[in-house]
Amino acid sequence: MNIALIGNPNAGKSSVFNQLTGLRQKTGNFPGVTVDKKTGTATLPSGERATIIDLPGAYSLYPNSIDEGIVAEILCDRSHPLFPDKIIYVADANNLERHLLLCSQLIDMQLPMVIALTMTDIAEKDDMQLNIAALEVELKIEIIPVNGRTGKGIFPLLEKIEKAEKPENKFSESHPLSPDVIDSLKKQSGISNDYVALLLAHHFQRTGHTSDLKKEIIEEILKKNSFDSLRLQVDETMLRFDKITALLSKVIVKNRKNDSITFTEKLDNYLTHPVFGSLIFLGMLFLIFQAIFEWAVLPMELIDAGFSQLSIKLSEILPEHPLSDLLTNGVIPGIAGICIFIPQITILFALVVFLEDVGYMSRAIFLSDNLMRKYGLNGRSVVSLFSGLACAVPAIMATRTITNWKERLITLMVTPLVSCSARIPVFTILIALVISEESRFIIFNTQGIVMFGLYLLGVSSALGAAYVMKLIIKTTERSYLVMELPSYKTPHWKNIVLSVIEKVKIFITQAGKVILVISMLLWVLASYGPGKKMEQAATETLNTISEDDFTEEELETLIATRQMEASYAGIMGKWIEPVIRPLGFDWKIGIALITSFAAREVFVGTMATLYSVGGENDEQTVLEKLRTEKNPVTGLKVFTPAVALSLLMFYVFAMQCMSTVAVVRSETKSWKWPLIQFFYMTALAYLASLTTFQLMS
Amino acid sequence: MSKSASNLLPGETGIVETIKNSTLTLKLLEMGFLPGKNMKMMRKAPGGSPLYFNLEGNYLALRIEEAESILLSEAQS
Repeated sequence: MNIALIGNPNAGKSSVFNQLTGLRQKTGNFPGVTVDKKTGTATLPSGERATIIDLPGAYSLYPNSIDEGIVAEILCDRSHPLFPDKIIYVADANNLERHLLLCSQLIDMQLPMVIALTMTDIAEKDDMQLNIAALEVELKIEIIPVNGRTGKGIFPLLEKIEKAEKPENKFSESHPLSPDVIDSLKKQSGISNDYVALLLAHHFQRTGHTSDLKKEIIEEILKKNSFDSLRLQVDETMLRFDKITALLSKVIVKNRKNDSITFTEKLDNYLTHPVFGSLIFLGMLFLIFQAIFEWAVLPMELIDAGFSQLSIKLSEILPEHPLSDLLTNGVIPGIAGICIFIPQITILFALVVFLEDVGYMSRAIFLSDNLMRKYGLNGRSVVSLFSGLACAVPAIMATRTITNWKERLITLMVTPLVSCSARIPVFTILIALVISEESRFIIFNTQGIVMFGLYLLGVSSALGAAYVMKLIIKTTERSYLVMELPSYKTPHWKNIVLSVIEKVKIFITQAGKVILVISMLLWVLASYGPGKKMEQAATETLNTISEDDFTEEELETLIATRQMEASYAGIMGKWIEPVIRPLGFDWKIGIALITSFAAREVFVGTMATLYSVGGENDEQTVLEKLRTEKNPVTGLKVFTPAVALSLLMFYVFAMQCMSTVAVVRSETKSWKWPLIQFFYMTALAYLASLTTFQLMS
Repeated sequence: MSKSASNLLPGETGIVETIKNSTLTLKLLEMGFLPGKNMKMMRKAPGGSPLYFNLEGNYLALRIEEAESILLSEAQS
């Protein structure tokens, strides 16, 4: 049996879903759109297993967003594979008026349904008395109060849903709304229910299972009767609310004094205050920023050390073979490259989900919407831009909540310009090349100031790029903001934990696959060369130097360096040298640019190999090596401040991240946008590097 | 010219008379901006938009443009 969970956004649907399914849930996408689809299973009292599908939150069957569109699409099409056998309608006892709108539409479709009433505990505190039995009689649908936190009411809910049958009664008569159209469609399509026929008239273009011929016939009928879809939707909604308001006045007794100020209002006096609210919001951003960087350091170091130990141990045990090398130098570093970001991403998600759960997120959107709009973005873009500090992949997935297509597109196009955590190792080493650690500007550490400046540059370039795109991208879709500011509530920890686990899982599968494949590909490029070039490089190295001058380890690193130069990656580095020469880069840096194409942080490792840093290639030794590196022809230092700064500029702007490309492709369902994004960012990087180098040298 | 919800000053209350016809009419109705409802303007966000409304115990944010399409009845409460 398929049971669908339906309800308004903020009705407490996900808590009910978690209580029903526990950990037996899967996340995916609805076919054709990037809207999260959660399914799970629950065991009914009879022992039968039921599939529970959590449909996106919707206010009515007349959609205003992609999310709502899915609900309409599934429910208005009996042959849809996801069409439910039964419905659990989740409604918030505090907002019954609004929540009963969609419910009344479902009753009129005569679908077997039970109402799960949430937040009855808060309703009681709110000095409101709801007569549930009377409401049941009015709606002729069974109502079960459910507590999403304790799970109270879940078992009775399952009992009732198992027995639920097609309702005989309707909430309202749809026939008078458009009698001729309804009659013709009923005859034409063999539909027996008036409201289902009316919905077909409204939605026949969106149901994928209606044939073109049938669509033409329907169109003909609608034209003949001059069917005004929008007008009728408004009329229907007004009629429904008239009945709902009258009905609720019979079952709800409000004792609330009209002037009493709620906790939410008191809190919002500060949190949404133009001055204090903005300051608190900025402070909150700063704290999250700190948390991502401070709390994640230790687990990141542990993960890093763990994987390099694993690589070293394995290379000692395993026989010398290309496959062992692939494992220790390709696969394991690839997996390490994914895992290293898990701490930061988990912390970020935990904080974002927490703020969302308690109700703060919509206040943040409220405060920043006006500023964001100037740049063609939306208040909701703040969440994405901010998440971009940790990793662009989840940040781009977070743009799903932006309903306006243009605003969403711009947000996901500029988010990768915000400096993500993968840039930190690159920034750190390049800054250290130019500025000594003791250097102070007034009392501040100069290195820290430069780092901060780079972040600022990233954010301001994201806003600048957004502004340009706002002028270029054309749309007729109206941008609007009609947003609920839900009452504050105490965090629901179980929901938060489940939601964070799910998001981290998505990151691992989405970004992980790409990083892993590319790291293996890069391993091939760096380990193999055309013909016998690689072996030649090794023997030549041995022939040209006297072995006695070197320890075995030094010799190995030297060979590794020469081999890398002879590999396909080395050839590609030399091949792109003419292009990157004006930026001050030689072919060795070219190799590092190529190998860090999949993920920026690979830059440091490649530099270590290229400049023969053997054994423990920690940052300090790489740094020493780079600092003293001289050009063999001119005898001048390779890493002058001009080169280092030019490289920094390159990494601020360049789209050196295949996972982001992949996620943009899957979120926009086309190659067009990731390609445009890749080229505009690379062009920006090239120009910034070029200007920097030419001005400084 | 009747007054719209965008003309309300912080702390002022108005009664919804009707919603101007647009693609957002339905959305606003669905969110509870129904004729006869009391709406109190709580405050404006930095820059003057969006606006924070208390609609008989429900808190909602609307941009100026959306608030303009909510017309209020002349009689003040």
